[in-house]
Amino acid sequence: MKVSYQWLSEYVDLSDITPYELAEKLTRSGIEVETVEPRNAGVSNVVVGYVKERSKHPDADRLSVCIVDAGQGEDLQIVCGAPNVAQGQKVPVALIGAKLPGGLHIKKSKLRGVESQGMICSAKELGLNDKLLAKDQQEGILVLPEDAEVGMDAVSYLGLDDYVLELGLTPNRSDCLSMIGVAYEVAAILGRDVMLPEIAVTENGGDNPVSVRIEAEDHCYRYVGRHFTGAKITSSPQWMKNRLMAAGIRPINNVVDVTNYVMLEYGQPLHAFDATKVKDRSIVVRLAQDGEKLVTLDDQERTLDSQTLLIADEEKGLAIAGVMGGANSEITDETTEIILEAAWFTPQTVRRTARTLGMRTEGCVRWEKGVDQARVQEAGERAAALIQQLSGAAVSKGVASAVVREAKPAVVTITLEKINQHLGTSLTAADVSAIFDRLRFSYEQNGSTWTVTVPTRRGDITLPEDLVEEVARLYGYDNIPTSLPSGQTTQGQLTRDQRLRRTIRHHLIGAGLHEAITYSLVHAERVGDVAGLHRIDAKPISLAMPMSEEHSVLRTSLIPGLLQTIAYNKNRQNHDVAVFELGSVFLTTEEKLTQLPEERLYVAAALTGQWLPQNWMGANQPVDFYLVKGLADSLLTRLGIVGATYKPVSDLAGMHPGRTAEVWVGERRLGYLGQIHPAMEKAYDVSETYVFQFDLAELAEAAEDAGYYKPLPKFPAVTRDLALVVDRDVPAAALEAAIRQAAGELLESLTLFDVYTGERIAADKKSVAFSLVFRHPERTLQDDEIQQVTAAVVDALKAQTGAELRM
Amino acid sequence: MQTRLQEMKQAALAQIGQAADAGQLQDLRVKYLGKKGELTELLRGMGSLSPEERPVVGQLVNEVRAALEAAFADKQAALEQAALAAKLASQTLDVTLPGRPVPTGTMHPLSRIIEEIEDIFIGLGFEIAEGPEVETDHFNFEMLNLPKDHPARDMQDSFYLTEDILLRTQTSPVQARTMLKKAGQTPVKIISPGKVYRRDDDDATHSHQFTQIEGLVVDKGIGMSDLKGILLTFARQMFGANQQIRLRPSFFPFTEPSAEVDLQCFSCGGDGCRVCKQTGWIEILGSGMVHPRVLEMAGYDPQEVSGFAFGMGVERIAMLKYGVEDIRHFYTNDVRFLRQFNRG
Repeated sequence: MKVSYQWLSEYVDLSDITPYELAEKLTRSGIEVETVEPRNAGVSNVVVGYVKERSKHPDADRLSVCIVDAGQGEDLQIVCGAPNVAQGQKVPVALIGAKLPGGLHIKKSKLRGVESQGMICSAKELGLNDKLLAKDQQEGILVLPEDAEVGMDAVSYLGLDDYVLELGLTPNRSDCLSMIGVAYEVAAILGRDVMLPEIAVTENGGDNPVSVRIEAEDHCYRYVGRHFTGAKITSSPQWMKNRLMAAGIRPINNVVDVTNYVMLEYGQPLHAFDATKVKDRSIVVRLAQDGEKLVTLDDQERTLDSQTLLIADEEKGLAIAGVMGGANSEITDETTEIILEAAWFTPQTVRRTARTLGMRTEGCVRWEKGVDQARVQEAGERAAALIQQLSGAAVSKGVASAVVREAKPAVVTITLEKINQHLGTSLTAADVSAIFDRLRFSYEQNGSTWTVTVPTRRGDITLPEDLVEEVARLYGYDNIPTSLPSGQTTQGQLTRDQRLRRTIRHHLIGAGLHEAITYSLVHAERVGDVAGLHRIDAKPISLAMPMSEEHSVLRTSLIPGLLQTIAYNKNRQNHDVAVFELGSVFLTTEEKLTQLPEERLYVAAALTGQWLPQNWMGANQPVDFYLVKGLADSLLTRLGIVGATYKPVSDLAGMHPGRTAEVWVGERRLGYLGQIHPAMEKAYDVSETYVFQFDLAELAEAAEDAGYYKPLPKFPAVTRDLALVVDRDVPAAALEAAIRQAAGELLESLTLFDVYTGERIAADKKSVAFSLVFRHPERTLQDDEIQQVTAAVVDALKAQTGAELRM
Repeated sequence: MQTRLQEMKQAALAQIGQAADAGQLQDLRVKYLGKKGELTELLRGMGSLSPEERPVVGQLVNEVRAALEAAFADKQAALEQAALAAKLASQTLDVTLPGRPVPTGTMHPLSRIIEEIEDIFIGLGFEIAEGPEVETDHFNFEMLNLPKDHPARDMQDSFYLTEDILLRTQTSPVQARTMLKKAGQTPVKIISPGKVYRRDDDDATHSHQFTQIEGLVVDKGIGMSDLKGILLTFARQMFGANQQIRLRPSFFPFTEPSAEVDLQCFSCGGDGCRVCKQTGWIEILGSGMVHPRVLEMAGYDPQEVSGFAFGMGVERIAMLKYGVEDIRHFYTNDVRFLRQFNRG
């Protein structure tokens, strides 16, 4: 809502408050003023002039030489280049010394040898908004109405000495979509009176021939029709044009302008019909038929449905109620007989139709947010009076009206105790009464209880809490004291799952990874690129109306998003990337959701390029399988997960068939790790990339919280190294398992410290070296014991894996 | 004999002084003090001396021995010192060469803000509540006093999956879920961080996915002054001990009264600057007293208890706090962006 400061000052005394001060006060009490704009874009010393004579410039075909009376005592000779300048016009004249928007200074000058003592201005040169001007005012000089007073300051004549306050209204304050509504608000804030316009309709015509019938009683509660004859359609007076333009509305003609003016003033959308186009002057308010067509004022043919509320006569539609009038009954320059509609349509009806048809007029905005039912007739009468005044029409006797139901003001009871408890204040009954008085809410007071009858303009107030807010904002939020909740103390703490999440995040960061956050909505065709951890036949969960294919389906794996992150970085020459993400995936087996999908938190990492930055010590280390495995191992260690096993898996979507392992603890699958399939790397345009992905719920189940420490050993350990030669395809895990089983409890730790293939052993063999540490908790081990155990280990290795000691 | 002793002493001391290393010194020790050394030889010749001379010469021999031993010890120490010095000199490093690289990971700026805020509220006795990102229309809107045709639904265009299921547009549904779970018990003191989604085209200031933190307190006797107090405490812990906040009346369907909360601009301290658009204040969160219908629907009697709620955008706080100019940085994960959040 754009509010003209000058216009507003007609309803409330603003003589001692600047537009900027007013804006601050409004904002602080709940009506946010987004901007305060002076209408004057930099015009000074421009006056209304009268073109007494116009002759052609002696030496230039396109220039005119005008003699202009600008009220300066002597007539001015002004050279003008506009083709539309003519003798007898009133025009804005920039005098010598005038300033115009854009830094233009007017000086005495000669144009092709003829002296020019000023400039006749176009609308654009005065900084007026093109879009708000009639077409014939957009080109050439601005021709002013004949009644413009010569010598008058054009800034005030054009209403440019005004300020426009643009309100950013919250949906509950539709009352401030009108000047009078804003006036009530301002009056309440300032503690002043509201001066409403005086309405004087003279019924000087014949009997009102209009009849009104409401058929759609659930959609229209009231319809009032005024009838006029002998109207003369002209342009509106300048003061009205100024106000409409200040509000951002383009003046059209005196009748249409009045409907817009009163809509701005009362918040009541109105419509005027050419009465001769309405069959039998009879108005029917009904729902349209499916497929019924109507050409609207913007010359578009609209196809309506059975939910569209239509204003019609007995044979055809005339207007889409609350949205737009029809072209068939439009007010034209020839119109003399008029029907003026003031009605109340239900917000839902107008909103639905506006949405269906994709139309959102100023009227729609007001209908959707709610129009004051109690002011329909008053607004109609105000418009009738103005039409009479501006068009010279005779007003027919009587008002045609149909009423389905009357608006009932809300009655709300509130106590002082409730107010003070809810706000933490210690207001007195007198404080509260004074605030209700300022708001012009009528009430009955019984001690410290008020029964408030809320004016219908404030449809947002229906509950005691709504009154509490009114009291609070007029008392001033700043004046509410500061305290802390005084109830029972509570313990704030993280749950185990929340702690676990933090542990994971902090661990991976400490290990050198960067945390990333990617989008949950992914490309419809990318969603299944790399496996998730689900075992169900997960169906894609798609948006009903995606904004783009790129973000149209909910992810089922974190890896595709991380691959995109790596690709994004690669495109920016960041070739070494190590990132992880903690986030939800979304799973369902339903083709079409009927219940919420399962959300599971995953943690995933993706690494590519060099793990360590280039350095002089030659310690460069390209990311590889064993790095992600090491990172995964350290994460499991941090979480107290012991005994994890890695099972090769060759059929995970998007993963390298020979370089991927699932991570298990007992019967529990925690996740997987490995290299992205080279074909997928190519699809994402990324280099060799390694990933892991774990399910947090599984990690949480497997994780063991910190327990007691083990006492430090009192007896020495004995270390034996075994170098084994074994077939290449024997997995290290098999060797380890054989060793552990044979070595029994004396084996304290087992470390694989070397793997060798090459010239010094047979081509189909590899050498694997282990370091075994033995220790007895209660005594020093004897050599022969160690030898016995070692021999058993070697035997077991040979028997189970075919491994031989390397000589 | 005495003369020879003196001569030997002089010669020995001179040689000791010139010894270049431990080996030479050892040779000299053998030469003079060894079993077949010169001094021993001399002692053997004592037998030929007169009884009067013996003690005199004997004493002299001891003196010479002591002098030589002292000289040997001194020289030994000096040589060791020199050897150590030489060794250290040979071990000198260029300490200005770069160290061995150790990777330094970083926490995402949004996670940093969330953890910081969580910790502040945990300290104030709040729990952290969570809810699903895919929500029912019922919890996302209706339980928050936003019936189907409520005009405020225009304020947040949503990603619907079906007619009744959507990506949550706010973290507020967690309020309703938590209250229902508490089944009328008080107090309720939670904050709830999480991802939310709205139909916005991604640009420098809009993101179809973003992050909110919601707070809720419900108890007997909660007033708006408590809301002010909690938010002031939060503002001071998060943004500095001298912070001021300012409440402005506003509208949210699920609170009444409602308030926007401004923070004194931390860039200029309230004098007015580019960050706060010359106002001295920065809008940081929305809040209010829980709407009675919201309490009612969640199983609380608004006659008995009251509460307040607040919500803030994590991206906005991160953008203000770190001066990030484009919200998309949070989701494109350029490592040159992420790496900058490596402190503290």
